Amino acid sequence: MLMARAHLAKVQPKKAALDDESVEKVEIDTTDLATRELNDRLRDLMLAGTKEAVLRNVCGQRYIGTRLYSPEHRKMEIEIFGTPGNDLGAFLFGHKIIVHGNAQDGVGNTMDAGEIVIEGRAGDVLGFSMRGGKIFVRDSVGYRTALHMKEYEDKIPVLVIGGTSQDFLGEYMAGGIVILLGLGGKPHNGNFMGTGMHGGIIYLRGTVEKTQVGGQVEISPLDEEDREIVEHYISEFIERFPGLSLEKEQILKDEWIRLSPKSKRPYGKLYAY
Amino acid sequence: MKSFVFPEFQIIRDEEKCGQCRGCERQCAFGTHTYDPVLDRLVSDNYKCAGCQRCAIFCPKGAIEVRPTQSFYRPNASWSREKLEDLKKQAETGGVILTGCGNDKPFRIYWDHIVLNASQVTNPSIDPLREPMELRTFLGAKPDFMDVKTNKGDVEIETKLGPNLMVETPILFSAMSYGAISYNAFRSLATAACSSGTFFNTGEGGLPKEMRGEFGKCAIVQVASGRFGIDAEYLNCAAAVEIKVGQGAKPGIGGHLPGEKVSAAVAATRMIPMGTDAISPAPHHDIYSIEDLSMLIYALKEATNYEKPVSVKIAAVHNFAAIASGIVRAGADIIAIDGLRGGTGAAPKVIRDNVGIPIELAISSLDRRLRNEGIRNRASIIAAGGIRCSADVIKAIALGADAVYIGSAALIAMGCNLCQKCYTGKCKQGICTQDPRLSGRLNVEIASQRLSNLIHAWSHEISEMLGGMGINALESLRGNRDHLRGVGLYEWELDVMGIKGAGE
Amino acid sequence: MPRKRRELYNKEICACSIFGAMNRDGERFSGAGVMKAVANMHVRGNGLGGGFAAYGIYPDYKDYYAFHLMFTGNIEEAKRSAKQDFDAFLCGNFDVVFDEEIPHGDETTVSDPPLVWRYFVSPHKQGDETLLSDEDYVVKKVMWVNTKIENAYVFSSGKNMGCFKGVGYPEEIGEYFMLDRLYRAYTWTVHGRFPTNTQAWWGGAHPFSLLDTTVVHNGEISSYGTNRWYLEMYGYACTLQTDTEVIAYAADLLLRRQNLPIEIAAKILAPPIWNSIDRMNEKEKKLLTALRMVYGPLLMNGPFSIIIGQTGKMIGLTDRIRLRPLTAATRGAMFYLSSEEASIRLISPELDSVWTPNGGEPVVSELKNMRMVKDEIIRLS
Repeated sequence: MLMARAHLAKVQPKKAALDDESVEKVEIDTTDLATRELNDRLRDLMLAGTKEAVLRNVCGQRYIGTRLYSPEHRKMEIEIFGTPGNDLGAFLFGHKIIVHGNAQDGVGNTMDAGEIVIEGRAGDVLGFSMRGGKIFVRDSVGYRTALHMKEYEDKIPVLVIGGTSQDFLGEYMAGGIVILLGLGGKPHNGNFMGTGMHGGIIYLRGTVEKTQVGGQVEISPLDEEDREIVEHYISEFIERFPGLSLEKEQILKDEWIRLSPKSKRPYGKLYAY
Repeated sequence: MKSFVFPEFQIIRDEEKCGQCRGCERQCAFGTHTYDPVLDRLVSDNYKCAGCQRCAIFCPKGAIEVRPTQSFYRPNASWSREKLEDLKKQAETGGVILTGCGNDKPFRIYWDHIVLNASQVTNPSIDPLREPMELRTFLGAKPDFMDVKTNKGDVEIETKLGPNLMVETPILFSAMSYGAISYNAFRSLATAACSSGTFFNTGEGGLPKEMRGEFGKCAIVQVASGRFGIDAEYLNCAAAVEIKVGQGAKPGIGGHLPGEKVSAAVAATRMIPMGTDAISPAPHHDIYSIEDLSMLIYALKEATNYEKPVSVKIAAVHNFAAIASGIVRAGADIIAIDGLRGGTGAAPKVIRDNVGIPIELAISSLDRRLRNEGIRNRASIIAAGGIRCSADVIKAIALGADAVYIGSAALIAMGCNLCQKCYTGKCKQGICTQDPRLSGRLNVEIASQRLSNLIHAWSHEISEMLGGMGINALESLRGNRDHLRGVGLYEWELDVMGIKGAGE
Repeated sequence: MPRKRRELYNKEICACSIFGAMNRDGERFSGAGVMKAVANMHVRGNGLGGGFAAYGIYPDYKDYYAFHLMFTGNIEEAKRSAKQDFDAFLCGNFDVVFDEEIPHGDETTVSDPPLVWRYFVSPHKQGDETLLSDEDYVVKKVMWVNTKIENAYVFSSGKNMGCFKGVGYPEEIGEYFMLDRLYRAYTWTVHGRFPTNTQAWWGGAHPFSLLDTTVVHNGEISSYGTNRWYLEMYGYACTLQTDTEVIAYAADLLLRRQNLPIEIAAKILAPPIWNSIDRMNEKEKKLLTALRMVYGPLLMNGPFSIIIGQTGKMIGLTDRIRLRPLTAATRGAMFYLSSEEASIRLISPELDSVWTPNGGEPVVSELKNMRMVKDEIIRLS
């Protein structure tokens, strides 16, 4: 049968534990590990105090990083070689995940805190209902990105995308910051951007037509405060993707626009009372 | 634009009895009554009156009568007054008519056409005052059979049992979000649920941080399309997680909490700007097919370490049994179905009154469908949508549900009169409002006492009826359609519910 | 006293995984790779249906129509009897060159298998029917069998291609029909199913096919009732109780009978919204308005991503707001379509390009020797 069989994980501690808090870097070959088994192992590692985990040959396993809620707010770094499956880092509670490759749909679904870095492209529904933490994507992303993203006071999620996004970016956005760098020369062709947007902000390097954005969205140039924010996150983006050899000043020099909601109540006039 | 509609209610004040205490002015949330110092009289603006009866109840002299105005349009069976005046309101505003509470139209109420059995002579009834009546039940997935290992008299269970909720009585509080209802009302529901051995549902507004420690263990937390207030801690402090796909009052369309009701505290819990409309989009924008739902169910199970049952709430609509069957196969442990009469804080009237099917027909068809497929054990069914009394609860369970959710009934216990103005945020009782002046009227201790009383009273009545049928444990009633008969129903209705006609 | 219950037609909901692989040089490969790929998306299905379409598998009989039949029934008797009825019909309408049971593995590994048989035939027309083209003739006869002969279903009817499907996970069906050992094809499409109707039956699995058009589909067609009434006017009978059937027949109607290019057919099945159309230039606006006006009933509403297979072609298409996922990828001469990228990576870790096509825009790959002008992937806008 072609069903996945349980695989014995190869655990290789790189150095001995110095104290009760073990600081090992553990490697797992995930060939033939089903989603549940892989996440079982990751949770065991977290509870044992492991700080870094390296997953190799990942192919389609889902919810990596989701099972790692701990009331003590433990933190881990997870490196993934391969293609993780859907819902990577769903409900992420403060960990860091680095993907050396492309990711699929649902990355950072309802993510609360932590960081996800993707050295490639991501699929649909990236950062859906994201409420904290940061996601950096080197290339482009699919549909319905940052849908219903939220923020509260100083808990503001940030999403930085190196390329472009397809339709429905920032639908129902209620908070948070999305930055699209448009690197690689492709124009922003997505439609229905910011439909139902009532909070948060999208910064876009390049231009879009008015017909591409929802009726509730205002297109405006960046002001001083915006420039500071954008500059800050571009620096962080460059740090995470040194291979791109980007020049911060070069990127900032180009034309930038800001998409923001016209009002907090985009649907206020819809009803008869 | 001049409005062409009549006021819905009129105030009739007995001037002789009225002592001008101005109590009615203070009590009214809509500003209907005002004191005119020149005339030294209370004057009322009928157009503002919502018919909630608060002033009539609170008037110390009993001087106020609030009654629906009669309309003297020419009688017309097709163009009722309501249809006529709703149309005019739309012509005046160009907007969608909003309303609250549940469907008030005269669709057939099947509960009132079903009668129960009582045992006599051949199978004796049980006296609940003498023997224990067991209403406890478990909600969640159950294995088809259990492997046990015996070792010298010691029995060990081999099969891993999935997580289940234990309820002492099959009545749970339906999902009503903090935001749609006030903090006091929300807290009352939580308090009553914990003290009565049952559960409350947080609805899509999240669970405020200060309540998690004490009430998390009785809470079913919701993950709705707006994903408000969801973080790993919220999911893990609860007893169960429910994915809200739809609700009976407004199947197929989303939820809308008007900005008036998004106060600072609501905004904090939901993580959206204060004063903004909280929009829950119609579909979950990451669920467009059953395997997406399966993906979310397992994401939640992962996020809660497989320790909590995951429930999916859907509205009962035409093809829902097939959908529900798919949802069970997708991994849900509990299916909550909400029928045509389900209530809401705000919905377009045309959707509330026209979309969905009655829950009575839905329960039976779902129970039977799951049994035919051999997967009935994999999920429990909770039915909701217009449960009004303990007899309705019994009938629901006999038709195949494991438990029921009560929404409107719980609000009525706290003082609601179904005036259907919840969407204005001006609930006179302090239930569906964020205005502190109004919500302060609802005393948490008293309101939770009233809710506990309700659960207690209904549970007792259920025990009595069970005993009458010769049953002393709720499990023996579930899906036991033999104890039901229909009166005044068409053959197809009897077929759908799977019950015989009275006398057969 | 039992009551007779009225039966109305049931419509299955199709949630699932889809996968397609094509070698544009026409080199044929075994089914092992795609079986592995779809097994990787195991969680998207629930074991109640799986199927494959393969092109180029019968080079020795490439001029004959390869009918794949399933004979169902609760007992052996019913299956044999259905086969007898079908054989009698076949001999009266076709010349049969060769027929045999489709080889398969141990029957205990799958659930309640029907008798599955293949026939290589050519049309034997008589009377008025000599006026029909070969293909119309075959369609007419196939519809007749599927509606009139009880327990017999033609589930594949093209030349030099065939479908293999049944109740089980797709990888199990692949093993049952030994697709990794017995067949080599230049295009494979696969489907893993998650139906929500109890009576999962072998005929209800994907792909759905007519002549050499096959469709695997992920999603639900909410416009099924409308699509069905329209297609029935053109002689298509929707007997397999699954919404995907209408896509196969719509593809046959538009691409074969009305000879419309795929770009236009895609605009019929997944047209842009009126807001977008109103903003286009005059020529495009006129065309799209006319298409929507005439072919409105064929608009496929509801989330879908589909892979349509035809001789020498593989087409991927999603609904106009891309509610279901579809990833496309290339590596040398290979072209892949999949619900999830990871499955493609499993069989081809290195890829030349990976992208997710826009909603409503078809992705077409063709055998190089078919199109002289362009020999790369055509992405249409």
